[in-house]
Amino acid sequence: MDSFQDIVFKLKKYWSDRGAIIQEPYDIEVGAGTMCPETFLRVLGPNPYKVAYVQPSRRPADGRYGENPNRLYKHQQLQVILKPTPDDVLEQYLGSLEAIGIDLTKHDLKFEEDNWESPTLGAWGVGWQVMLDGLEITQFTYFQQCGGVDLDLVPAEITYGLERLTAFLQGVESVFDIQWAPGFTYKDVRFADELQMSVFNFETANVNRLWRLLAEHEAECKELHAAYAKYPEKKRFPVLAAYEQVLKCSNLFNLLDARGAISVTERVGVIKRVRDLAVGTAKIWMDQQYSAESGVAEVA
Amino acid sequence: MSLDFLLEIGTEEIPHWMIPGAKEQLAKLDLFGASPLVDATPRRLVVRGSNLPERTPDTQQIIKGPPVAGGDKAREGFAKKNGVALDHVVKDETGKYWVLAKHTPGRMVSDILAETLPGFILGIQWPKAMYWAGGKTGPRFIRPIRWLVALLGGQVIPFEVARVQSGNLTRGHRKLGKASIPVTIENYEGDLKQNFVILSSDDRREKIVKEVEALGAKHDDDLVETLTYITEFPAAIRGDFDPSYLKLPAEVLITVMRHHQKYFAVESAPGVLANHFVAVMNIPSDPDGLVKKGNERVLRARFNDARFFWDVDQHKTLADRVEDLKAVTFQAKLGSYYEKTQRVVQLVKDLGGDEHAQRAALLAKCDLTCEMVKEFTDLQGVVGGLYAKAQGEGEAVAAAIYEHYKPLSMEDSIPSTPSGQIVALADKLDTLRGCFAIGLIPSGSKDPFALRRAAQGVIKILAEAGLGYKLDQLASGELLEFLKDRIQYYFREIQHFKYDEINAVLASGVTTVPDIEARLTAVQAVRPTEDFEPLAASFKRIRNILKQANFTASDGLDPKLLEAGPEQELHQAFESVRAQIKGASYEDALSRVASLRPQVDLFFDKVLVNAKDPSVRANRLTLLSGLLTEFSTIADFSEIVTTKEDAHNA
Repeated sequence: MDSFQDIVFKLKKYWSDRGAIIQEPYDIEVGAGTMCPETFLRVLGPNPYKVAYVQPSRRPADGRYGENPNRLYKHQQLQVILKPTPDDVLEQYLGSLEAIGIDLTKHDLKFEEDNWESPTLGAWGVGWQVMLDGLEITQFTYFQQCGGVDLDLVPAEITYGLERLTAFLQGVESVFDIQWAPGFTYKDVRFADELQMSVFNFETANVNRLWRLLAEHEAECKELHAAYAKYPEKKRFPVLAAYEQVLKCSNLFNLLDARGAISVTERVGVIKRVRDLAVGTAKIWMDQQYSAESGVAEVA
Repeated sequence: MSLDFLLEIGTEEIPHWMIPGAKEQLAKLDLFGASPLVDATPRRLVVRGSNLPERTPDTQQIIKGPPVAGGDKAREGFAKKNGVALDHVVKDETGKYWVLAKHTPGRMVSDILAETLPGFILGIQWPKAMYWAGGKTGPRFIRPIRWLVALLGGQVIPFEVARVQSGNLTRGHRKLGKASIPVTIENYEGDLKQNFVILSSDDRREKIVKEVEALGAKHDDDLVETLTYITEFPAAIRGDFDPSYLKLPAEVLITVMRHHQKYFAVESAPGVLANHFVAVMNIPSDPDGLVKKGNERVLRARFNDARFFWDVDQHKTLADRVEDLKAVTFQAKLGSYYEKTQRVVQLVKDLGGDEHAQRAALLAKCDLTCEMVKEFTDLQGVVGGLYAKAQGEGEAVAAAIYEHYKPLSMEDSIPSTPSGQIVALADKLDTLRGCFAIGLIPSGSKDPFALRRAAQGVIKILAEAGLGYKLDQLASGELLEFLKDRIQYYFREIQHFKYDEINAVLASGVTTVPDIEARLTAVQAVRPTEDFEPLAASFKRIRNILKQANFTASDGLDPKLLEAGPEQELHQAFESVRAQIKGASYEDALSRVASLRPQVDLFFDKVLVNAKDPSVRANRLTLLSGLLTEFSTIADFSEIVTTKEDAHNA
């Protein structure tokens, strides 16, 4: 039986063999692998890209103190971006399932329509949830727009839910019973994280400070945005730093939401604040990509 | 020589619900007289045709040229312009004009199709299309096109769509079939079958129905349809779950099975769930039981979640959750569900709802804060009703909450209890009033808040519960007009009254829905009698006369000015019918009004309305006006389209 980490190794090897860069997780809190710059920014602009990475993804409101067998505050996604989409993308994807030991002639595989939209990122795409014997194991999305920008090279995004996939392969009922590595269960590795972060997210996080932090990161991001137009040497402009501020704001929003601190009237407004930051950053990134002065586009 | 035709558009998996619409469009492909035979699976859209001509016939067109009188120069110019030799230009039958016969040779059908098919394929309309190759300037389709088979007879019709070249290679089932199969038109369907693709949706549907029924599945047409278009080779299996989950409400279990997992429920007796489910796979069999085991595990996790949600939700009663509704937005400008709840409670009071109805209105939206509804949104209301019962709210309150979203469609029934009806009515009415007040009025196909459905629900409840609220007290202005539209729709489409009867009844007053229905029923009953339609025609005449005379009755009728004979007779009949219909049923009253026909006919036959004496004329108009007003309170007869008019219009 493959352990959790064996499955991760195999999937990474599989996509590495197909020319993907294997990245490590991004080191700022994100709600999904899509939000990492390796996806959000790389899908924009004219340069082809192929990348795969595991991204621990935080969703503060989904935490259940480690008590629910299927719900987690932080889960692990394996994110694959193929830009542009190869013609045999679905065959490649099915090959990855076979690579981790799923005999697809003996299992029921269905592609069910599931379109994806993220108002805070100004992004949407169409695709499927991939169902294996009734279990959703993957989100497959053809990105159409990101950061409010229509995409010229349409990428395929493949997001594997690693806990679900492993629980399926190992035949266990609770994600906490997954064998992470020989001798160590998912519970051994992650339970304290689930419990303590649920306490923090739901009970103790200082709401006033979260609001202040949100304002601080937002201010930093806006200052950067404002500086771009007159910035002399475009390729040196730290648009990546601006994007990190967006991610900070997004996570703070999720925390405030989990704390129940965002009232009805505020909610729409805060989402818009984050979206404006994301869209503004995407614009600058695009400009930098296409700007002859920056030379970024020529690198590829 | 005639040829058979095959087009297969090979795609990635198309959303099941869009396939029937695509098939309708495919059936419009012009096959030069052959009728298109359309099939589809999630991965292929197919059109076939038999006996297409090999080429289109030659055609000849006569082109008229300059007058012969114009001389040889004109003739030469005409010949040159059309690129023909001079002797092709001849005189027409009158001898006055030069003409030439332009001969257009027929074309190979294969060549024509090669030109038109790309546009036809990309012209298929989808509810939500995507682009995948070449960005926004590239082709748009529902999902990427990955292969194309296009054959006429034994030959490939050559063309390219979205960088895919047409050929004779199809693909089988994703995992059980071959990835590349050369086909001919004759062996196409059989080859697919051998590669685990059942091309015909009818055959797939039949296989699903047969197999799920054999396994004891509860009948479910919608689910059958979904699964027909989500599989290429369907087969049913039965799985089990622990009987202890049967303690959860059947509504929850069925929702999990049906909506989330696309499983059929199994009943041990009518209305009693058994601890089994039936799933439909996209492979022919499950010899090792792997698929069964996998689906059982998924269902167990889902049921566990549901049980967990149920338990967690009981920690706080619905009554304690009213305050929490402040944090749930109803609509940005209309505030939270807390505010909506306050309004609906007041409205229920205004409508005369009893204490049960008021209590139900207070608690109706509280389940929106429960975990169960956050997970299974389709169960809003239902969950609230179940919780209310479990928390001892009493049967009337629980039932009213449970059913307060009803009717969900025109086919759905209205709430079954009086309290439920009032709460459902008030909830929908509040939504309509609020949205209309802030300008969110449906137009065309735009109706994001499903206000048409809400209004239709209001009318259906009023009609079928027989609630006699005056419409102009429930709504005003644009909303009242909107409700009138829905009343017309309801009585026309659901109750099958004729449109002119509805117009006639509404024209004589928008009262209450039950009253409108009673008047409609009376009109419908009296209409076939022989006097009715001729009288309706006379009433229309009266209305026109009054309109042309620009007449408004000022003084009362002066009986002394009435001429002996038809005029006095009409007046007497009028007075006597007027007395008879006081307190009579609508049908009785209408019959009596219709009985005036001989007197009305005679009057128009013998009496000149436009009398020379202005006072006589005014008196006659007063008589007619009185007749029209007095007898138009049930229905405005002049709105009735008589058979004669119908014939004329046709």
